[in-house]
Amino acid sequence: MNTDALQVELGRRYRFAASHRLHSPHLSEEENYRVFGKCNNPYGHGHNYVLEVSLSGKIDPATGMIANLADLDAFVERHVLEELDHRSLNEDVAVFRDMVPTTENLCIEIFNRLQCFPHAKLERVRIQETANNSFEFAGNREENHS
Amino acid sequence: MGLPMVLLTRKIEFSASHFYHNPNLSAEENNLIFGKCNNPHGHGHNYTLEVTVAGEPDPVTGMVLDLKELKEILEREVMKRMDHRHLNYEVPELAGQIPTCENIARVIWQLLEPHITKGKLHRIRLYESPDLFADCYRNGANAAGMD
Repeated sequence: MNTDALQVELGRRYRFAASHRLHSPHLSEEENYRVFGKCNNPYGHGHNYVLEVSLSGKIDPATGMIANLADLDAFVERHVLEELDHRSLNEDVAVFRDMVPTTENLCIEIFNRLQCFPHAKLERVRIQETANNSFEFAGNREENHS
Repeated sequence: MGLPMVLLTRKIEFSASHFYHNPNLSAEENNLIFGKCNNPHGHGHNYTLEVTVAGEPDPVTGMVLDLKELKEILEREVMKRMDHRHLNYEVPELAGQIPTCENIARVIWQLLEPHITKGKLHRIRLYESPDLFADCYRNGANAAGMD
């Protein structure tokens, strides 16, 4: 008999297109090019990002839902997509003025923005930068016990 | 230490219809909560189910479990019950529940778990569409993979 409780998560995918340039002001021109290669191109380049959001919580018996998709969609639209879709991450998103907009950092930023979703617990965000590269962030492990 | 733990995943697809309606709520409340999913005539989806089993490969066969066996379990427990069915009316395990992705995934987990006797059911992921899915797993396992 498996006594562990069954956990159900709701997953939802969103798409946005944005440009970025990987460049650190702490490195020289040569070092930037060596570290970031073609991603250091001063004119930037773009991706079709796929954002995957996973939520956990009790399934409400009245609705059969962990969270109402309309609430989640509106929250993600307001807190993430409105500011990021069809933008330059470096120029248009304040946090990336001082931080390299790698997709690792983007995962952390989006996780922080979505963590206050009021209707369910944010488990993780996963971002596909391209069909071949994806990144995940599930919050800081030490804080996960709360 | 035992043999290395390996995850094996099989995918199946089925098509089914459903709608969302809670008889304890008014027509207005149903419409407010469920929107177009409340249409009493129903609508359908092509569901994709990914079933992941964890286990140690058998030293003789090299398999966690025989895929043919898993295929038969999925055919019997999921396809026969749900493929080309109306989930509100034709699946007794879902009776009295709103057939959301979360609830269907939970029912599928309960149907499959007792039959996975070689290895252990690790995770199922049910896609209602490419952009909406539910994951089921036991606490302690991690939906993202082995922890």
